[in-house]
This record gives sequence, structure tokens and C-alpha cells, in this order.
Amino acid sequence: MEARGFVASGPAALSRRLEAASPRYGEKAIFALLAGCAVLSVVTTTAIVISLVVPSIQFFGEVSITDFLFGTDWGPTFTPASFGVLPIVVGTLSVTLWAMVFAIPIGLGSAIYLSEYASRRVRRAVKPILEILAGIPTIAFGYFALIFITPQLQKIWPGHFLGGPPLLFSVLGGGLAIGLMIVPIIASISEDAMSAVPRGLREGAYALGATKAKVATRVVFPAALSGIVASVILGVSRAIGETMVVLIAVGSTPNLTLSPVESVQAMTAFIGTTATGDIPNGSTTYKTIFAVALLLFGMTMVMNLLSVRLVRKYRQAYE
Amino acid sequence: MSETVTQDERRTDERPSDAAGDGTAGAHPAIAVRPGFQDAASSANTEKVFELRGISVFYADVPAVRDISMDVFKNHVTALIGPSGCGKSTLIRCLNRMNDLIPTARVEGELLYHGQDLYGPRVDPIQVRKLIGMVFQKPNPFPKSIYDNIAFGPKVLGMDGDMDEIVERALRSAALWDEVKDRLNENAYGMSGGQQQRLCIARCIAVQPDVILMDEPCSALDPISTGKIEDLMAELKREFSIVIVTHNMQQAARVSDRTAFLMVELDADEKHRWGRIVEYDQTEKIFTNPSDSRTEDYVTGKVG
Amino acid sequence: MASGLEPKTARAEMAMAGARGVTSEMMSKQPRKDVIRNTIFGSILLLTIAVALAGLGLLIGKNLVDGASRLNLDLITHNNSSNPEEAGLRNGLIGTLWIMFFVVVMLVPLGVGAAIFLEEYGNRSSRLIRLIEVNIQNLAAVPSIIYGLLGLAFIARAPLDLGYVVITASMTLTLLVLPVVILASREAIRAVPASIREGSMALGATKWQTIRRQVLPASVPGIVTGVILALSRAIGETAPLIPLGAATFLTFTPGPFTEFTAMPITVFTWVKQPQPEFQTLAAAGVLFMIAVLVVMNSFAIWLRNRYEQSW
Repeated sequence: MEARGFVASGPAALSRRLEAASPRYGEKAIFALLAGCAVLSVVTTTAIVISLVVPSIQFFGEVSITDFLFGTDWGPTFTPASFGVLPIVVGTLSVTLWAMVFAIPIGLGSAIYLSEYASRRVRRAVKPILEILAGIPTIAFGYFALIFITPQLQKIWPGHFLGGPPLLFSVLGGGLAIGLMIVPIIASISEDAMSAVPRGLREGAYALGATKAKVATRVVFPAALSGIVASVILGVSRAIGETMVVLIAVGSTPNLTLSPVESVQAMTAFIGTTATGDIPNGSTTYKTIFAVALLLFGMTMVMNLLSVRLVRKYRQAYE
Repeated sequence: MSETVTQDERRTDERPSDAAGDGTAGAHPAIAVRPGFQDAASSANTEKVFELRGISVFYADVPAVRDISMDVFKNHVTALIGPSGCGKSTLIRCLNRMNDLIPTARVEGELLYHGQDLYGPRVDPIQVRKLIGMVFQKPNPFPKSIYDNIAFGPKVLGMDGDMDEIVERALRSAALWDEVKDRLNENAYGMSGGQQQRLCIARCIAVQPDVILMDEPCSALDPISTGKIEDLMAELKREFSIVIVTHNMQQAARVSDRTAFLMVELDADEKHRWGRIVEYDQTEKIFTNPSDSRTEDYVTGKVG
Repeated sequence: MASGLEPKTARAEMAMAGARGVTSEMMSKQPRKDVIRNTIFGSILLLTIAVALAGLGLLIGKNLVDGASRLNLDLITHNNSSNPEEAGLRNGLIGTLWIMFFVVVMLVPLGVGAAIFLEEYGNRSSRLIRLIEVNIQNLAAVPSIIYGLLGLAFIARAPLDLGYVVITASMTLTLLVLPVVILASREAIRAVPASIREGSMALGATKWQTIRRQVLPASVPGIVTGVILALSRAIGETAPLIPLGAATFLTFTPGPFTEFTAMPITVFTWVKQPQPEFQTLAAAGVLFMIAVLVVMNSFAIWLRNRYEQSW
């Protein structure tokens, strides 16, 4: 044993005092500061809600809710002004529909392939590419719709199908671009849900001689259903809230139609075109913008809450 | 669990011989009580470090230990032994108020530290832990260099002195200096398990506590490292008071001056279980001539 | 092989082989139509991935083809201008840099602070914690243009009344990407094992000392990754800047309290112009933005992989 030379003679041991040496205000201050940072999220949500609700209340003081929600004439900046919001809501939903027509099969298909079929090498190669896709700025998708998707559609369009080839600004081009943008969301959340399905379930089926296709469609897909639906809902919410693509490629004139080849204006495009920063507070235009934004906020919030609840469900099921 | 349990403990079929030399046949032959180690126990030094009176610990109202009363003496090594689940770890964590970190934990009874109430209203748990240090079951060095591991405590506690000296002294006291003096700046995770545990002991010593608590410090280590740490304890108890939890009876017999034997008790409908002290006495007595038959059953390997 | 059943004659041997063959064929062979279906299904799935990859490829490729002639240093050394021959990203880039500088200054303390609070100081089941977590989740899904309106309503105008300046944009974008940093930081902090905290507390360190000197240093790689990912997201955002009056083009280089423009806004102005020269510029600008973002994201991932502590 080597020499120690270590006597317990430190100040603590000698005095053996158990009370705190100092009141430690620093610790309490830090606690308050950190709590403030965390509470900021609540403050932000409140601020968003207030900023949307206050002008909207003023708005609905002048325009009746039924006129707003069910009117078919949208011209708030014209004289005489009309406030029927249906054209831009339908515009948003129309674009969203085509986005999902593209995104669901492509996203889900990719997810199933990655989860059930792909070897580790393929997965390691494909997943980063999906991440890159997820990181591309929305302005790039908008521009892509304008300079590639729509012109190509115009080139291959069969005659007057659905009313003729798509216009330069049209629902279909923007919709497909948004669809491509959403593919990573659907793919990653669905794949997550599918890998949460316990291996035992699959192996039981394989042991009975089932093919991969059967296992994927009959075992894994139903088991992961709530997660998959959650991913779709999240995708829809994302599509509804997307601004740049519709601003660039879908149009700036309200047009109440379900046709994918026509030009329409989406809610976000209306906001983006009209809210250019120097609108006076309290003006009708200002209030209109916020009323539409409130509607947009409400729609996306409902979808998000639904999606979160579903995700919690699938996570719980296997924990 | 018991990688460090050697073959000896299992030879219960051997006839008990008169190992204690006083004619008692109750001694377990293979648990050799180290001669000469009982100095502290029989010495006149009876200054009490801890006095426990009726200590009970509850986690969310479920009892873990009940009615523990014992005195821990200065410069002694006090061992807590007993089958798993009898609350030894819970008990030892009361001594440095680590149970405070568990929100649902509640401690009842009286716990005096050098005569002061450890759970008094104005007592600061941080201060308590400066005086009463702890070494854990699984070595938990910080993801820093060896030097920074040792220096962390003195630095945050605001101790004066030359840090290099403090680090060297602590490492020497933990019998680690010669092995690491040339690589103080290397990451502590590069050390072996036994070295890491001695590092944790050195880290504990560096802040110059009064008491060192050890919660099964060798259960994750190989026998050679275990031996080194046991030798260390013999040296350390000159400066510090040590309380050690161990499920290795031989170890308790080798290193401790006094031993407390705890057992699990069940309530009437067998829903709850908690620990209680069965017997607490000088180690030699516990292992050669225990008063309680349950103690004898345990130390002779009949149960547990 | 089964013992005691050695075939004794050639015929017996053949019979055994036949029996073995039929059994294994029956056990392992899948019905033919299922096999066909499986192959078709697998091919369709592969096709979907191919479509996704092709989409990405076409996007980048088309911009590459269109914008190649403007992919040179002039792109970032010239300010924006109404003359497409001379226009470049320079003042937009500087505006973005200024904006991001202030974003980082606000984002790191707010995001890491919130994460520390939620992980270290919160009682898991407390209602306040649940409320905060729900809010963070919701905020992550609010359309980005609404953040722009928030900035317009409360930051540019009263009560903060900062005007349409860089700081306003920075604050707005910070709020937008805060959930990203909070999430990444929480994960990094959570990964630090409890034994480290216990070891520190057992020495007599306070909670904050433990966090500051043990937990945070160990979480830095994950936190930095989160901050970089958040920044890259913020750089690519155009929509929230529109209601904040991002000028279409400035003649001067922006500073923290001047009117501002940003890289995506500059590209957006090019996108809106019909002239083919601007189209080329737009393609080049889009490519530049994609390149910046991809590099940043890859760097963040590389950083995390390289410095991640394996406990």
C-alpha cells in the first residue's frame, strides 16, 4: 500500500455543518429562466390564436359567417367586395386532393418496400435520398411544377380529357409537386409504424408459407394502420398549409371549380398575394386576410390533433 | 450477480469446525474472519457517525424498509448484508439523502449524523452529500479525462488548493496513481472496470468527505479488482467511516467491523414486502456465533 | 440423419429420397398464384420508389439544365437587379446571413433552455409539462405563412413595433423552427445516462452544476445537429417572410435594422418574371439554395455520427 497522506481535514469534514452555505439564489433564478423558455411555446400559441382571432371577430362583425363560409364569390379587394370563401377553400382542397393521389401510393409503396422487402444496403441508400427530398425548399417544388410538370403534362395530355390540357397555372401541376414534397412525410411515418409491428407477427405468417406480399398486406399493413393513417393526415395538413407551390404554379385568381386543369387560387396563395406588408391595420383587407388565416389554422389544427392521437395509439399498442 | 462469490461459500456439506477457536461449533468454516481486522470493533472508539431510530422508507406509500435502528461508528467499516430485495440499497441511500432524487420516496423516523438531524428542516441535501460520499454498483466515471473526473468535485465545490496536488493525492489514496499517472488526460472510459471503480473512489475521496457509502461496489468486478478494493477499504477506514452494502457474505466478513443482517418480511396477505434488521453486531459475532437463528441460517448458506 | 433407419436396399434408398423431396416441396413451396402476385407486388413497390427518386432527379436535373449557364461566381457576387444579365444573389445572401445570425442567437438559448427544463426540471406527469409538450407539437405543424402573419401582427407592428427589419424576420423564423431544436436537444439530453447525473449529485454538486458541467457537454453533438437542421429549414423558408415586407430588391446591402431581403425572396422574384433570362437565373438560384441546404443537412448528420457518444 502506498503512502496516503490524505487526512479528512477538508473544511466540510471539520465543520460538519448541514445547513446550506448560501441561499443559492442562482439556482432559483436559473430555474425561472428555463421555465420561461419552455413556457414560450404556450405564449406563442396564444399569440398566434389572438393575432388571428381578434381581427376575425371584427371581420365577422361586418360579414356574416354563412356568407363567408358558403358564399361562392371571392373578391374581397374589389368594389363592390364579396366575401364568399368557397372558391379558395375548394382551390386548396382540390390541390390537396391531387397531391394525395400522388403521395399516398408513392409514399406508402416506398414505405412498404423499405420496411418489408429492402435489404439493409438498399435501405441505407434510399433513406438518405428521401431525407434530401424532405429538405428541398418549397420554392423549388413550386418552380419545378411551373417549368417541368405542367409543360410535360401539356405535352402528353390526351386531347380534351377532363376539359383539355392543363393551363400554365393549374391545379394538377401544383398538386403533383406538393405530392412529391409530401412523399417523405408519408414514407417515414408509415415506415416507422410498420417497423413497430413485432417481428413475431410476421414470422408466424412466414412460417405458414405466406409470401412477402401477403404478409405485407394482410399482417403488417393492418397492424400499422393507425400510424399510416396518421401519416396521411399529417400529409394532408402539410398540403393544405403549403404556400409557395400554389403561389408560383397554381394561380392567383379565385375560381370555383373541381377541374384539375384550370387555374385556381388557394387560401395560402390569397394570403401570400394580399398580405404584402403594408396593409393598414383595421382595413377590410387586413381583416379578411386574418379571417382566412383563422380558417386555415383551424383546418390544419384539427388534422394535427387527429394525427397525434393516432400516432400515440400505434405507439402504445406495441410498447 | 455474484461473480465474486468464490467456491468456498458453497461448501455447506463440510462439517463445521472450530474455526473461531472458542469452542463454538456454529462457525462456517470457509468464511474466515480476518484476524486482526477487528481492531476498530473492539477498540474504545465509539464515536457515532450515524444513529438510526425507527427509520422506514416508502416509495409511493409502499414500504421498502421498516423500523431500522442501528448506530454506525466512526472509522468503522459497517456492512449491510441480506438477500436481494431486503432494502439494503434503499437504506444506504437514506444516509446521503439520495432518495430525495426520487419524487415518490418518503423517509420516516430519526436519522442523526454526529448528533444532528439529517432530515431537519434547514438541512441542505447538497451539503449532506459533500460530507457523505457514495460509490455505486456499476462504475460511473464521467465522460471526461481521468484528471477531470477527479477535479470535477473539488472544482464545483469551490475547494482551494493546487488542483494537481488534489488529484494526485486522491489517486494515491485510491491506489490508482501509479497506474494512471502517465495518462491523466486520457478518457476515463478507456480504463478497465476495476480501474474505473477505483477512479470513482478517488473521485469521492477528492472532495474530502467524512463518510463513504458503497453500494455493492465490487459486484460488477472481477475477483482481482475486488481484492484490490477490499485492501483499499482497510486503508481508507483510517480516514473515513465506511458503510458498505454487499450481497457477498465473504466480503462482509473480510472487510467489515460490524455487520447488519437484513431480511425480507411479508405482510399478512403477501402483497407487500419490506426489509427489517434481524441482527446487528460485531462482524465476528455475526459470522461465528449469531444470536438469531435466521442470521445463522443465512450466514451458513442454508437460506438466501 | 435419423439413426437406425439406414436404407438397406437401393429401392429403399430411392423411396426415402423421394419421400424427403416431396415433403420439402410441400412444406416450402408457395402456391403458384401467390408467387406471381408477390412478384408483381414487389415490382410495383419498387416502381413507387423509382418514381420518388425520379421526381427528385428530374427536379434537380431540370434546374441544372436550365440554369447551368448562370452557375458561376457572379451568382453570388452581384446584387439583385432588374437587369437579368447583372442580377445576382449577393444582397439576398447577406440578408439571409444577417437573419440567421440573429436566429442562432435567439434559437440556442430558447431551444436548449426549454429542452433542459422539460427534461431535467419537469415532473413527468405535471400538467404544465403536458401542456407545453402539446403546444410544441402543435406549433411544429402550423403552416409557415401563419408565422409570417404572427410576425406582422405582433412583432412588426404593436406591441413590439420593430418594423419590417431583419430582427423581425429573425424572431419570426426562430419561433418557426424552435420545435426542431427543442426536439433534438431533448433527445440528446435524454440520452445521457442517469448514472452520470447520480455520480455528480452524490459528490455534492447542485442540479444546475450537474446540468451545466456534465449533461450539457455530453449533449452538445445532438444539440448542434438540431440547430443546424433548424437553420437549414429556416434558410429555405420563403412564405413567412412575405407578410414581413421582404423587399423585392434592395440597392444597398442590408444590415440588422434596415429593410431586408433574403435569398429565397430574391429567387422568388426571379421565378415570377416571365423573361427567359430570369428563368435561367431562377433555375440557378433554386439549385444554389438546394445545394446549400443539402450541404448543411449532410454536415449536421455527419457531425452527429462522428461525435455521438455511445453510452
